[in-house]
Amino acid sequence: MPELLKVNNLIKRFGDSTVLDDISLTVKKGEVVVILGPSGCGKSTLLRCINALEDIQGGEILIDGENILTGGKHNSKVGMVFQSYDLFPHLTVLDNITLAPCKVQKRDKAQVRDEARELLKRVGLFDKEKSYPRELSGGQKQRAAIVRSLIMHPELLLFDEVTAALDPEMVREVLEVILDLAKQGKTMMIVTHEMQFARAIADRVIMIDGGKIIEENPPERFFTNPDTERARQFLNTFTYESVRA
Amino acid sequence: MNAEVLNEYLPLFGNAALLTVWLGLAGIGLSIVIGLICSLVQFYKIPVARQIVRIYIELSRNTPLLIQLFFIYYGLPKIGIKTDPAVCGVVGLAFLGGSYMAETFRSGLEAVDKVHSESAFTLGLNKLQTFIYVILPQALSTSIPPFVANVIFLLKETSVFSAVSLMDLMFTAKDLIGLYYNTTESLFLLVVFYLIILLPVSLLGTYLEHKLGTPGVRQSIRKNAASRKERKTTIKEGVVNVGN
Repeated sequence: MPELLKVNNLIKRFGDSTVLDDISLTVKKGEVVVILGPSGCGKSTLLRCINALEDIQGGEILIDGENILTGGKHNSKVGMVFQSYDLFPHLTVLDNITLAPCKVQKRDKAQVRDEARELLKRVGLFDKEKSYPRELSGGQKQRAAIVRSLIMHPELLLFDEVTAALDPEMVREVLEVILDLAKQGKTMMIVTHEMQFARAIADRVIMIDGGKIIEENPPERFFTNPDTERARQFLNTFTYESVRA
Repeated sequence: MNAEVLNEYLPLFGNAALLTVWLGLAGIGLSIVIGLICSLVQFYKIPVARQIVRIYIELSRNTPLLIQLFFIYYGLPKIGIKTDPAVCGVVGLAFLGGSYMAETFRSGLEAVDKVHSESAFTLGLNKLQTFIYVILPQALSTSIPPFVANVIFLLKETSVFSAVSLMDLMFTAKDLIGLYYNTTESLFLLVVFYLIILLPVSLLGTYLEHKLGTPGVRQSIRKNAASRKERKTTIKEGVVNVGN
């Protein structure tokens, strides 16, 4: 499989603090990479850098061999779904989804609408196209946000803790949509705190701590027998064995 | 109160009211234009222009309209710029109103969550498209209540126009009191005419708030309850076995 994303020696600083310190990784077409790590380790910042939302202080980010920071424009091969519900509150679900394809890609409105309805149906929101974001639950908003991203036909999808603000019941409905995308062979980078989900969906797990990649392994290995002590410690924080005693 | 006197004064107040409304609306129209430009300069942090706007805003809202009018009416002719009283009134009101409008629009623009600009960027919208389709509609709906308050405030401020010899409502009332001592009738008509002008503005404001406010706000409670019920029935059980 050819490489879709290549990050070489990425350095990101906010003032004096180095948030990403010499990160290098590659993502192949069709691969699902899950990024794990404690809060504040730089996971989200990494995704934001790949999405050109942050300027970088060193290294390079290549998508299909093309540097993402050239021209200051967004690379249309990348799509991203954010942690906070970011649907535009003044537009209906359908208008949220069709805005960019119509205005940016100048696609035919009727055709875009058809595709939007098709995708909404897929994520179980076919009856919500006329609803405003305020009328939706958190899970529904995130599913609609995923559709809004999908309709631009990105080659690489970035998910930044998309279930972090949801009730457990809603987490599941969003994760099922993402699993469905994985089955379709979409290339994805997922930042999450849902360990079971990470294990089920990942082709590869990358753990970041203190702005550095600590470990990179297939999920079976990472979750059962990680190479590093730091990863082991991190995984232990998700079990409550020690609390029980 | 003498009904005959009221009847006699009515046309005078009517004409004065028309002048007040006409000058007020012209001044407010200009304030909106000035306010929009200034708020955009501040929102997009345009260098140099931003500092100039800041100075203008502080100068304009920290000095009384009466003194601004005196400057324009008595000061400008000293450097060779002659101003007609009506132009002076409109310009003065716009000078004052511009800063109030600028701050109102700026607060609306800044209330739009940054994540919306970021998702617009992610979807490939350029800066202008982001502004027109994403930021402006949200900013407008939050700006409406303070905007209406500004309009009412500025219309009331027109009462100092009498100082530059404009025959507005205040001027007419003072004039009539001075001439005929019919204080009660004059002041009564003065209050009534201000109410006639301003109450519809208030009502229009409330209407606009409902019309242009972010849609879905008022129905949200009822519909949310319905959608919650629906959601429970649509969750499919055990479609994918997450984990192991």
